[in-house]
Amino acid sequence: MMAQATPDIAAIEAGLARGFVRRARWRLSEIVFWIAALLVILAWPSRSLLFNEIAILALFALSLDLILGYAGIVSLGHAAFFGTGAYVAGLLTKEGLTDPTLGLAIAAASAGALGFATSFLVLRGADLTRLMVTLGVALVLFEIANQWSALTGGADGLQGVAPGPVLGFFAFDIFGRTASLYSFATLFLMFVLARRIAASPFGLSLCAIRDNPLRAAAIGIPVSRRLIAIYTVAAAFAGVAGALLAQTTQFVSLDVFDFARSADVLLVLIIGGTGYLYGGIFGAVAFKVMQDIFSAITPQHWQFWIGFVLVALVLARRERLARLARKALSRAATRLGTAIRVAEAGLPSQGADT
Amino acid sequence: MSAALETVGLVKRFGGILATDHVSFALEEGARHALIGPNGAGKTTFVNLLTGVLSPSEGRVILGGEDVSRLRPDQRVRRGLARTFQINQLFPEMTPLEALALAVSEREGGGKDWWRRVGAGSVVEPVARIASRFRLTDVLDRPTGSLAYGKQRLLEIALAFACKPRVLLLDEPAAGVPQAERAELIEAVAALPREVAVLLIEHDMDLVFAYADRISVLVDGALLTQGSPEAIATDERVRAVYLGESEHG
Amino acid sequence: MLTILFDGVAYGMLLFVLACGLAVTLGLMNFVNLAHGAFAMAGGYVTVIVMERLDVPFLATLPLAFLAAALLGLVLERLLYRHVYGRSPLDQVLFSIGLVFMAVSATDYFMGSEQRIIKLPAFLKSRVEWAGVSIGIYRSLIIVICGVLVLALQAVLTRTRFGARLRAAVDDARVARGLGIDVDTIFAVTFAVGSGLAGLGGALGTEILGLDPNFPLKFMIYFLIVVTVGGTSSLTGPFLASLVLGIADVAGKYYVPAFGAFVIYSVMILVLIVRPQGLFARPR
Repeated sequence: MMAQATPDIAAIEAGLARGFVRRARWRLSEIVFWIAALLVILAWPSRSLLFNEIAILALFALSLDLILGYAGIVSLGHAAFFGTGAYVAGLLTKEGLTDPTLGLAIAAASAGALGFATSFLVLRGADLTRLMVTLGVALVLFEIANQWSALTGGADGLQGVAPGPVLGFFAFDIFGRTASLYSFATLFLMFVLARRIAASPFGLSLCAIRDNPLRAAAIGIPVSRRLIAIYTVAAAFAGVAGALLAQTTQFVSLDVFDFARSADVLLVLIIGGTGYLYGGIFGAVAFKVMQDIFSAITPQHWQFWIGFVLVALVLARRERLARLARKALSRAATRLGTAIRVAEAGLPSQGADT
Repeated sequence: MSAALETVGLVKRFGGILATDHVSFALEEGARHALIGPNGAGKTTFVNLLTGVLSPSEGRVILGGEDVSRLRPDQRVRRGLARTFQINQLFPEMTPLEALALAVSEREGGGKDWWRRVGAGSVVEPVARIASRFRLTDVLDRPTGSLAYGKQRLLEIALAFACKPRVLLLDEPAAGVPQAERAELIEAVAALPREVAVLLIEHDMDLVFAYADRISVLVDGALLTQGSPEAIATDERVRAVYLGESEHG
Repeated sequence: MLTILFDGVAYGMLLFVLACGLAVTLGLMNFVNLAHGAFAMAGGYVTVIVMERLDVPFLATLPLAFLAAALLGLVLERLLYRHVYGRSPLDQVLFSIGLVFMAVSATDYFMGSEQRIIKLPAFLKSRVEWAGVSIGIYRSLIIVICGVLVLALQAVLTRTRFGARLRAAVDDARVARGLGIDVDTIFAVTFAVGSGLAGLGGALGTEILGLDPNFPLKFMIYFLIVVTVGGTSSLTGPFLASLVLGIADVAGKYYVPAFGAFVIYSVMILVLIVRPQGLFARPR
């Protein structure tokens, strides 16, 4: 029986191998998207500031997707890591360490360390406790930044953040061109990293943990350890986003820790969709563009409409909307976790299998 | 011959209820062992104690000579103990291919790997073999939630098998499977390799007597008796327990 | 120091009245209502408006604040909230955050963003010396009113049929329905009363807590702390938690003003580390 089965196994193997490669490979639509984004930024220098904000918000939302979309952790205080990265990066330049890339790295490490430290709290207890802890950490940091005004500038903010030229060449200009390209490049590199993680066995194990933690443990996955790891990574990503804000706007205010910032990034990710990495980017584009349009019309009512959108989204059952949208976009969007066309490998049909 | 899995005086109390009553049990290597008992006898509690989902009030669980009583479920899996669940516990958003690839990755120690893509390395061949063994090759790329119940049950066993266990605990594998799909499932269970010790928890007596070399009977959390299928079939006490149950409805 | 204790108790009891509605909602509907503070704010603004425009004395506005907030709660519960009960925690969080944002912006638009000050009647502003402790009449009134409310709530819960049904529904809503208990009405009434109490607390505490459109966001964390630390399985848990928090906050802000706010947050984090299900909750 085995001799007859071996050619079948070999055929299956070949098909699977091809399928796995295809799953991880960049789709054409993705490459087109990134090139198009770059062209838009280059072609429209007058909107550099807006592009910079979009890139930073996209990276921040991407970091939230890592824990919300992939690990299923609802955080109301993700701004804690954003703000940590911002203040660290800002303070570094004031201490004379002006290289932006170095600033990003140290900001990431600091935010990641904070994420690691708080991850143990976040993993204990059920949903409400988790919300409380994430909320509480952000509030504590807000208070620290508020009180320690000698270091942070307190309510006036951290002034005089002066980063040096990127990679030694590209100095920050007042038009924001360097800033927008710098943020875009950082976003892209971090995205590649996130994509790599999501396509790896580690990333797949996170999806399993999100889907069914009981079963995940039953196939040998150390659930807590993986969650701590991704929480740390997500915190580091958020820290990079905050650092970008500090470096490109050359100012850090207390609102980097604000609850509204945590709530906004949650909304951005929900708009774009969780669990496929592009949700943060699409959501950020939509959010910032809408905000740009609205601020011309009714600046003071922005918060009201955000609230309204949130309520409407929930009442209209966003998951159903998201599923419908995703089906419509199934060819365009990259879903790192679905169909591998094994049929193309020419597998024997069920009847032939002995 | 040392036991693949054994318990020594295992006790579990929930408040005032004694769910597991001083059970000392041994599963030999390569065994085909069935655990039967009336409803509420505590069979699933026992499995949860073996796998670490519950921790015992007293007693020890020993896997391959090592005391694993304090270990988490995932730690026991890595030491060669796998189980299936009475009600399917699958990953609804993932495809069977991904789930199997994941299980194989984890046991190869590649679960921490965040750099290489899923499928790189030596994952493909084991997945192909397992899929073939459990008749899953034609449904590998469909979301788990869309599979027929019988296929899902097969996947449930395949996932546990993918962990390369030395001991496999099957908790009512045939439960809820429609008649048309049972044969496939029973064949797959019967074809499990001899190196794996199998403990089958089942209600279906035909399956039990066809499959098991040895049967243990659990009643009210305690082991009533153990023995060969013939001995159990003719044991008066066992009959009384089951007859008594059917009398009460 | 006894003054601090006294003020802390007053603050704590106020927090309890504000937060008890949230505790019951969470225990009953398993719903994290981050917008709870909006009802407190509503009560506060009702008092302000009625006092300014209609010249109604302060104490008379309190029942109005209760009723207005309760009515608002009832309407919102029937129209919006009940569609969201069974949803995931994320959905509930998003929903209630959305409501808060809407409430805050709307209030800012209609009422202006400045702090509102209530002119307390003269007799409330006086202080009394008693056994060497300076006691404010206003805070005494708060303690008395809140104390009466607590006792009334406890009596309703333990002595009335409604209370029995409510406790059954909190314990297990499905079973309660199966027993013929009209769980939907209980939800609606409880939500309304909880919101009303929040409104009353908001009106009563304007002098201590302040009143501006950002009230729900500022105090959200306090209410959540009361509920998390106190648990949701009884009223005594949140009550004790409120007292502890009230005293800790007042004492903290007095003795170590730079770290005042930290005391609350540190207590919360410590409790969550040690007992994630709350300090006073029954282990489930």
